[in-house]
Amino acid sequence: MSEALIETLLKAPYVAKFGVRFERKGDELTGVLPYEEHLVGNPLVPAMHGGAVGAFMEIVASAALLASQTLVRLPKPIDIAVDYLRPARAADVYARAIIGRSGARVANVRVEAWQGRREAPVATLHGHFLIKPEPVDN
Amino acid sequence: MPESLQELLNRLAPLIVDGSPHAQALGLALDGLGPARATMRAPYREDLIGDPETGVMHGGVVTALLDHACGVAAFSGLGAKETPATLDLRIDYMRPAEPGRDIIAEAECIRAHGLIAFVRATAHDGDESDPVATASAAFMVTRPSREAAERVRKAIESGALS
Repeated sequence: MSEALIETLLKAPYVAKFGVRFERKGDELTGVLPYEEHLVGNPLVPAMHGGAVGAFMEIVASAALLASQTLVRLPKPIDIAVDYLRPARAADVYARAIIGRSGARVANVRVEAWQGRREAPVATLHGHFLIKPEPVDN
Repeated sequence: MPESLQELLNRLAPLIVDGSPHAQALGLALDGLGPARATMRAPYREDLIGDPETGVMHGGVVTALLDHACGVAAFSGLGAKETPATLDLRIDYMRPAEPGRDIIAEAECIRAHGLIAFVRATAHDGDESDPVATASAAFMVTRPSREAAERVRKAIESGALS
């Protein structure tokens, strides 16, 4: 658990601007993106901006990596692939990450985002992040 | 004489940012709009910093900028009639953007046929040969996006958006 860095992540101006928060049960995190009008991409659908949902899932991936181990700096995205499954409506978005593998330098993470029903995700993300774990003393 | 695609794009250009609350919230700007092409800019802003230690803007700004620029290029590539929805978006983050510099995304729709459009984009902070990120995306005209485009068309015709 990298408690201080999770705080740094949440207090980063961009993350704070969009009001992202986390609900924690032990080391399991659910990210919450509270609905705001400024998240809307197209007001006539109205659907949330794909970029906003993608960015939110990136934040949840970083937070999950920080919650699962002690890192000395924030994870940096190397690449991400986002699939948009259905329009994100005018409602809060939730997301949870699964860490596929977390090595000495790189972590592989999958994130699923949903609104009303967990079984009906609005988007999924698959990405690689550069990480720096705390050195282990021998 | 019927309106050319470029004339139609010029007429719709003000809606590219003003019609999207999230694009406005990030302060995105449209630098160029042509057939199957779009150039958009994310001005450097302190309230969009992702890592307070380095002052680098959050990766999410690059994600939203690329998604928006790719969507606009796809819209143009599809003849500026239908508003497509993002099917998928893949981004490679090459390096952090320089703090203090605007990020510019150049998107090109390399193929549009029927309901589908394929787009490639590059984001840089001044030098196009030294990209911050590259993206590859696919878009599709869906039923909700088609209904939304119809509402925009009616709103324009009634003068509500001019």
